[in-house]
Amino acid sequence: MSPNATKAALRVRRLRKTYKDVVAVNDLDLEVRPGECFGLLGPNGAGKTTTIEICEGLTPADAGEVEVLGMHWASDAKALRQRLGIQLQETQLSDKLTVLETIDLFRSFFQQGPDGMEVIGLVQLEEKAKSRVGNLSGGQKQRLALACALVGNPDFLFLDEPTTGLDPQARRQLWELIEKFKLSGRTILLTTHYMDEAERLCERVAIMDHGKTIALGTPRELIASVCAEHLVEFSAGTHAHPLDLAAVSAIDGIRDVQHENGSVRMQVTELHRAVPALLAELGRQAVPLTELRTHSATLEDVFVTLTGRHLRDE
Amino acid sequence: MNSHPLAQLTLVRFREFLREPEAVFWVFGFPILLAAGLGLAFRNRPAEVLEIGAVTPQLTASLRTEKLLDVRELPAGDAGTALRTGKVVLVAEPGANGTVVYSYDDTNPEGRSARMLADRAVQRAAGRQDPIAASDALMREPGSRYIDFLVPGLLGMNLMGSAVWGMAFGIVDARRKKLIKRLMATPMPREYYLLSFALSRLVLLVVEVGAVLGFAVLVFHVPVHGSLTALGLFCVLSSMSFCALGLLIASRVQTIEAASGMTNAIMMPMWICSGVFFSAQRFPNVMQPLIKALPLTAVIDALRANMLQGATMAQLAPQAGVLSAWLLVCFFVALKLFRWR
Repeated sequence: MSPNATKAALRVRRLRKTYKDVVAVNDLDLEVRPGECFGLLGPNGAGKTTTIEICEGLTPADAGEVEVLGMHWASDAKALRQRLGIQLQETQLSDKLTVLETIDLFRSFFQQGPDGMEVIGLVQLEEKAKSRVGNLSGGQKQRLALACALVGNPDFLFLDEPTTGLDPQARRQLWELIEKFKLSGRTILLTTHYMDEAERLCERVAIMDHGKTIALGTPRELIASVCAEHLVEFSAGTHAHPLDLAAVSAIDGIRDVQHENGSVRMQVTELHRAVPALLAELGRQAVPLTELRTHSATLEDVFVTLTGRHLRDE
Repeated sequence: MNSHPLAQLTLVRFREFLREPEAVFWVFGFPILLAAGLGLAFRNRPAEVLEIGAVTPQLTASLRTEKLLDVRELPAGDAGTALRTGKVVLVAEPGANGTVVYSYDDTNPEGRSARMLADRAVQRAAGRQDPIAASDALMREPGSRYIDFLVPGLLGMNLMGSAVWGMAFGIVDARRKKLIKRLMATPMPREYYLLSFALSRLVLLVVEVGAVLGFAVLVFHVPVHGSLTALGLFCVLSSMSFCALGLLIASRVQTIEAASGMTNAIMMPMWICSGVFFSAQRFPNVMQPLIKALPLTAVIDALRANMLQGATMAQLAPQAGVLSAWLLVCFFVALKLFRWR
């Protein structure tokens, strides 16, 4: 075992959970290191929520072992609860209470932690402290939910789809808050089906599908493992003066060249070398370039390559 | 500042209740309005004056000596119509040879009363002396009126409604919103959650019983003959029993609709059978043991015995037993069934 394994913040071994005839979690192994932000990425129904709720001690597993901060739910539940911050998917906090009243309620359950206004400051809801929860926007409600997870000054934060259903601006605001929390050196496990969220926030990512991990690593590693880092698309040539595709394919650092409806798509590892080489080759052939686009490969491309499906397909 | 979790949870219960104006109305306003409305409808009015008609001035004059009759002089032609249309219950007219003829419907009690009153007035006017002197002692004591019977019934109904509803709605709503699950993810001790419902109920109980009882005593002079301590203890015991019943209803239900259906199905038979508006004794004898075993019957019987007959705590032991049994059985079954998510 690696030295990291002995002091893992979360260790999951051969975890299994079945609902009637659906296997939600299928012999899953996971390890989250202290101080890292670990992402469980996958489409709806991949078993992310079931996995995180088992780790949170809310759902019993059928089989397998879960160790959180070196403790077990069966024997140390009380002590564990004091050290975890948890945000569930789709909790509706009471509309009739104010933001501060809600925070004070959650704060009263924990032995230590910042006071109510301080937590509200952390999630930038000071101006709304006296507003009823029912009058908050979706993004504000989500920040309040995050605040409820932070009241006990947790060592380990569990976030289940923290930005689902938010508009882009509210998502970015929440990401900034999570990044700030990461700076304090505490551990985060988050689930998401947004690959940009995982790429931005997570040091390491496990891609889940059908209750299993199908890939594990840093977002860079995962992208590098299945495809080159950049994709280039261009259109060039005319009927009278067609492009010599074989010569393009022969350029160093270019692979997987596909020709489709007059447009060429290819993978390159080093954009700064491949593009000049491509332009030089087109110049040598004297075919005019009519279009050129590049984009970086994303975790979405990883998922598509591994499963043949898109992340947001239901 | 970090206050006790039980204090915070109980505060939340109050805030949620007080910020729901409808709930406040149904718990406080409605019983008072109902008592006021029914009290007015069934108030004891002075003995009713009967309207009759007479066709001659002479008869009219002699009939007017009777205070309980309101005599109208009518032309002979109109008298029949007035009688048929119910404007008067009796018509007096002279017959042959100085006799008097009374026309009225003898199946109508008012008609028969009017016949006796009218005849007495006519005979006395003609000089009749009663051989035996008689006087009246009028019975209009508080404690035997309908409003006196009604108020303990309304109190019991209110105790049941607010406890069962408060409990069932509060818990099912929190479960539906996944708020219970969220609370379970904190170190909150579970028993505090349930205890906060019971505590807030006890405090609201004082206000609620105080409002209805105070209104009844001040406005309708409804008596409270028994000890107020015993009355208070009984209200607490019954409220806790109904809380346990509400907890049982809420133990598994996932939606407000299901909870509301179950709550109505359980409370409706008690509204009808337990003697809120009329005595439960009116139901057939075979049903009586069953009716006596209902918690609302026990509450209402005990409240009536305390308020109207001044029964002591010891005399209310059977009702206390019934309520305690409901409390224990419902509470422990509910704990067994309860789903914390």
